[in-house]
Amino acid sequence: MTAGPENEQVSQGQTITTTEPGSRPYQLLTALKHDHPEWIGEVIEAFGEVTAVVPRQYIAETCALLKSSPDSQFDFLADLCGVDRGVEEEPRFEVNYHLFSTITFQRLRLKVVLDEQDAHVPTVTGVWRTANWHERETYDLMGIIFDGHPDLRRILLPDDWQGHALRKDFPLRGYEPYSLK
Amino acid sequence: MSTNINLPPQLEVIDRPLDTQMTISMGPQHPSTHGVLRVELVLDGEMVVKATPDIGYLHTGMEKLFEYKKYQQGIVITDRMDYLNPLGNNLAYVMAAEKLLAIEIPERAQTIRVLFCELQRIASHLVWLGTHALDIGAMTVFFYCFREREKILNLIEAASGGRLTPSYFRIGGLMMDLPAGFESRVKQFLDGFPSALKDFQKLLTGNRIFQKRTQNVGRISGPDAIDWGLSGPCLRGSGVQLDIRRANPYTGYEKYDFEIPIEHDGDVWARYLVRLSEMKESQKIVTQALSRLRPGPVKADAPKVVLPDREAMKQHMDALIHHFLIVAEGFDVPAGEVYHPIEASKGELGVYIRSTGGPKPSRVHFRGPSFVNLSALPDLAQGAMIADIVAIIGSLDIVLGEIDR
Repeated sequence: MTAGPENEQVSQGQTITTTEPGSRPYQLLTALKHDHPEWIGEVIEAFGEVTAVVPRQYIAETCALLKSSPDSQFDFLADLCGVDRGVEEEPRFEVNYHLFSTITFQRLRLKVVLDEQDAHVPTVTGVWRTANWHERETYDLMGIIFDGHPDLRRILLPDDWQGHALRKDFPLRGYEPYSLK
Repeated sequence: MSTNINLPPQLEVIDRPLDTQMTISMGPQHPSTHGVLRVELVLDGEMVVKATPDIGYLHTGMEKLFEYKKYQQGIVITDRMDYLNPLGNNLAYVMAAEKLLAIEIPERAQTIRVLFCELQRIASHLVWLGTHALDIGAMTVFFYCFREREKILNLIEAASGGRLTPSYFRIGGLMMDLPAGFESRVKQFLDGFPSALKDFQKLLTGNRIFQKRTQNVGRISGPDAIDWGLSGPCLRGSGVQLDIRRANPYTGYEKYDFEIPIEHDGDVWARYLVRLSEMKESQKIVTQALSRLRPGPVKADAPKVVLPDREAMKQHMDALIHHFLIVAEGFDVPAGEVYHPIEASKGELGVYIRSTGGPKPSRVHFRGPSFVNLSALPDLAQGAMIADIVAIIGSLDIVLGEIDR
């Protein structure tokens, strides 16, 4: 998927939609990075959305601080989802946390990247209880282990299911009959 | 077999005839679970000690399927998620894709999108009202609600050809313009709707049985509701004034004049009142959208993404080539990732799309409001009576198609 014309479109699309740098979530993250340089990696602003890459060992602390700090007030975890970048990609997995503030109406994405051999990430159920089912779903379909989760069971697929269906190397039609594989 | 459970103070006086715990399975074929939901109930007599929802009976791997379909083919899948609010799903998905493609949508198409989303919201709330009242024992309301909903489905069918699976919103605009005489049909519906709404209120709001079954049942406070990620009417019933149409406006909602109804009690009754008021507000928005309709294009000027008109294809070589390429190969979407939230009838419906370029997405994730709202059920149901479970599930307004995907 890296033919010439497509690359042209990529750069074109991003120049049009990137908002002015220094929107409020961007400033918040820069301030947070100043206070805790090890917590926040790269900060990206594209398509009008701000993304911060967080090392996995600091994700729970970062979330807790963003939730409680009077500057940010990200009290609502809108979504949590896993991404499989592809079998050859290294690191292979991403976990995206979509934060929202019910007070300032700002949105923010935190991203944790994980290796395939060590797909573990600390749970954020202690920060928002809504993370419980999101993390179970991500574990069920993507096979990412959330350390410290109170009830990490499969949620959509049967308990005796083998494999993780949303991984890129899992065939679309699965294995039939599923219980044999 | 003594029980050591922490009861809410108002329930501690209740006699425990059995003094044992019993586990029963409610569903998956229970008519009041609105689909195939199983709830594992641990009961002490008639009182719920623990309720554990068990979902996944309807899982069809839709998110996986998106990765194998071109962007425009994905719209059809979204119809089948929340099947009571398909136009809302269409909107969330196409807007996320439009964000990646950086396409501007013409004014008329935006107005028609608002018009249909609000009609669909009324239709979705009508199904909720009818089935919720039926669960609690008021059967008459169901027939009135479905009579009104039928009128909306006829309107959707007139524009899109589909009643439950319209796929009317496309990436870059609409499938086609409104049919002739559509505005007068919407007006006709709007004229009759307020009196129908009054009928529902007469049947339920003053009904002592309905009040007793809903008031003080399934309470949740505002901060708890935020912590559990509740959204939509469930959150506004707990006194949090949050509506994404106002908080992060999309498709021109900032230009419309409407209220965000809230209630402070946080119980089943409050959520009922919020949804009733929301139908009134939606009706106001539909009226405003009708008055804003001006002639104009309904498709964006993006020939590489939007299918050309049939007439243009017969006249122009390039239109024919674009049509062939879009259908046969799809269109390339720039690499990147977006999350687009909308206020669906049940709450925040967010679509996450990750693109690596090319005609197919690398990952599509739906944040379904029903999924998140249902996850709070154990908290809501603890200490309730077994008959209240039905009222609580009904008040969350879940659709299993969206939960299981």
